[in-house]
Amino acid sequence: MNRFKRIALVGSPNSGKSSLFNQLTGLRQKVGNFPGVTVDKRSGWLQLAQQQMAEVIDLPGIYSLHPRRLDEYITFDVLLNSENEAHPDLVVLVADATNLKRSLLLCSQVLDLRIPAVVALNMVDLARSGGLAIDTKQLARQLGVKVVPINARDGKGITELKRALQTRIQTPAHDFIDSKQLADGLLEPLQQLTGAAAPYAALQIACHYINFYCFNAEQKARLRSLLEQHRFSAARMQAEETLKRYERIGRMLDQVAHQITNPEHMLDATRRMDRVLLHPIGGYVILLLIFLMVFQAVFSWAQYPMDAIDGGIGWLKQKLAAALPAGVLNDLLVEGMLSGIGGVVVFLPQIMILFGFITVLEDSGYMMRVSFLMDRLMRRMGMSGKSTMPLVSGMACAVPAIMGTRNIESQRDRLITILVTPLMSCSARLPVYTLLISFAVPDTRLWGLIHLQGLVLLGMYLLGWVMAFAAGFVLQFFIKFRELSYYVSELPIYRWPRWKNVLVTMVEKGKVFVIDAGKVIVAISVVLWFLASYGPRPAMQQVDERFQQISQSGLTEQEQQEWLRSHKLEASYAGHIGKLMEPLITPLGFDWKIGIALLTSFAAREVFVGTMATIYSTGAGDDGGLDALRERMRNERHPETGEPVYSVATAFSLMIFFALAMQCMSTLAVVRRETHSWKWPLVQLGYLTGLAYLFSLVTFQLLS
Amino acid sequence: MMHSKKWVSLARLRKGEGGIIRQLPEGDLSVKLMEMGFLPGETVLVEQVALLGDPISVKVGNSLLTLRKEEARNVMVES
Repeated sequence: MNRFKRIALVGSPNSGKSSLFNQLTGLRQKVGNFPGVTVDKRSGWLQLAQQQMAEVIDLPGIYSLHPRRLDEYITFDVLLNSENEAHPDLVVLVADATNLKRSLLLCSQVLDLRIPAVVALNMVDLARSGGLAIDTKQLARQLGVKVVPINARDGKGITELKRALQTRIQTPAHDFIDSKQLADGLLEPLQQLTGAAAPYAALQIACHYINFYCFNAEQKARLRSLLEQHRFSAARMQAEETLKRYERIGRMLDQVAHQITNPEHMLDATRRMDRVLLHPIGGYVILLLIFLMVFQAVFSWAQYPMDAIDGGIGWLKQKLAAALPAGVLNDLLVEGMLSGIGGVVVFLPQIMILFGFITVLEDSGYMMRVSFLMDRLMRRMGMSGKSTMPLVSGMACAVPAIMGTRNIESQRDRLITILVTPLMSCSARLPVYTLLISFAVPDTRLWGLIHLQGLVLLGMYLLGWVMAFAAGFVLQFFIKFRELSYYVSELPIYRWPRWKNVLVTMVEKGKVFVIDAGKVIVAISVVLWFLASYGPRPAMQQVDERFQQISQSGLTEQEQQEWLRSHKLEASYAGHIGKLMEPLITPLGFDWKIGIALLTSFAAREVFVGTMATIYSTGAGDDGGLDALRERMRNERHPETGEPVYSVATAFSLMIFFALAMQCMSTLAVVRRETHSWKWPLVQLGYLTGLAYLFSLVTFQLLS
Repeated sequence: MMHSKKWVSLARLRKGEGGIIRQLPEGDLSVKLMEMGFLPGETVLVEQVALLGDPISVKVGNSLLTLRKEEARNVMVES
């Protein structure tokens, strides 16, 4: 054999397809993308026999061959388009025995495409304990293909399935339903035009030829006129087809499946739990508690690895700076590249921990319940119930939140969710708020009880929610997609999460972030580093000359270095841009020094504090530094008026700016990755910066 | 016997009520609903109703599904 067999797994979302994939491939799997789209392509290797390897592809879950969503189109195209690079030689149809009727709908459709297939009948034991006996031999006879009972979770039946895959697999002798009855007279010319061997494949192409990649404009035009001539209606055909299939399945099940006892038991536990978890009041209380718990864990657990990474990168920077000869290359590597890489890696703990929890909630079946509880509210705001988890995750970090929007069905809802998520107060804003709140709010207690600064901090978090909802509400009038999207979905039964799956997802998401978003982030860091360390020659020379004089004075070595850093930054391109920006940001109450910090904090918000420390040459980092910085900022006066720069008005204005502005290149990089274009990250950058400007302007003008 | 064969919209059923599905909406939504298991002749039971009455969760056949009121409106049920 000169070529590997390619096996595709096809099944509905909760059929156990992914578990079977893990069983077949073990850890020999990789996650990529289908070309040109953001749909995960999971593939791996399976040792079929001693000398025979096969490639296994886990296709996105579908309920039927009538695609509506992007990922469903992928599965559709892979199965129907023989030129698709993932087109399989063989299909494993994963059927859920506890939901046999529905599973067989999809099975029968794929079989009618006349692709060689084996049915893996999952959860037979669960069905049996629910009182349903399935005659697999009879089922195989009726379908005309091999049927192997398995349990994808504990691996029962996998050996038998592998054995079945090694044999020669034939397509059934007869189609499951007769496609001729569905489109009288149309079928033959259609088959000729499309070149489809199977009549049912020709019908499917007729329904979706517009989105079918392998036809050129002329072929599409001819198809259109043929279909118009026959007054072909896809929806009518599909409805008729579905009914016909179910009719035959119903007759088949009378012979194949025997209900021994009442089947209710399978759902009993889940229905009892839903009575509590979906309760109109209790359900929301539990939801809130679960979110609080997840947050507590994300923040407290991520802190240690984040500190370690910060420390590690700092140590590495020191070592590398000392090891290399001083100069441009040294600076570029240490201050540009390493800082950029540090900025990427430091997000990893939060991303991975958050995804760990998201996977647990997803795997256990609770995530759909979150969607159920929140859908009504989210829908008003232009999103859907499935937008809840991304928004909540956004309070830790927008990056994993945006990566977690993929399971939102409607493209419009998903895009709006992506666009508003950065408004949620992420953890990087916290150090900025902490610094600024001390200028804005006196350190007193309201009625001797409520800490006023804490109250304002809470207000900033609320502001994030309110603005995200408001933005979603407005955006829904501007963002329109032509799409068929429905909310109706399955509430899966509650189960224990698969811990291995949790771990694998954590590692995968971390890898995706580091590799894909990392490239953009490192590139932007290098640009920002350049802007902050280089400047027009005369200005930089002047600083050097003045430094010569300074070094004669009685300052300590450390004070001299701080003086040099701060004046270099002022003379740099970033400093110049800051001064250029000044007229633009004066109405917001900011001076050019804040302008520089706004520019550098585009890399990441928390960089603001470090930049301010450099500008005021106080030595950043440790707590003593922060207090010194606060003191310097408090004493800073306007050169002309002599008023304090950091008045209440300026501090509030700056906090509002940080709450709303899109100052995070990691987020932009991830949005680009998830939307496959620069358009949406740029739109987002534009609208959020505009929003921030406007609100800061109003805040400052009202308060001053 | 005519009076017992009353058809009502699934969206108007309350928690705990149910019946036999008799009619599905027109167009693509009906295909989607059938795929998910909403079939003429199946028994449907309203399990839970979210705050403010929407969405609802139902038991159809052997699975639990959730759908919005607007999607349930044209599913006619004989109760």
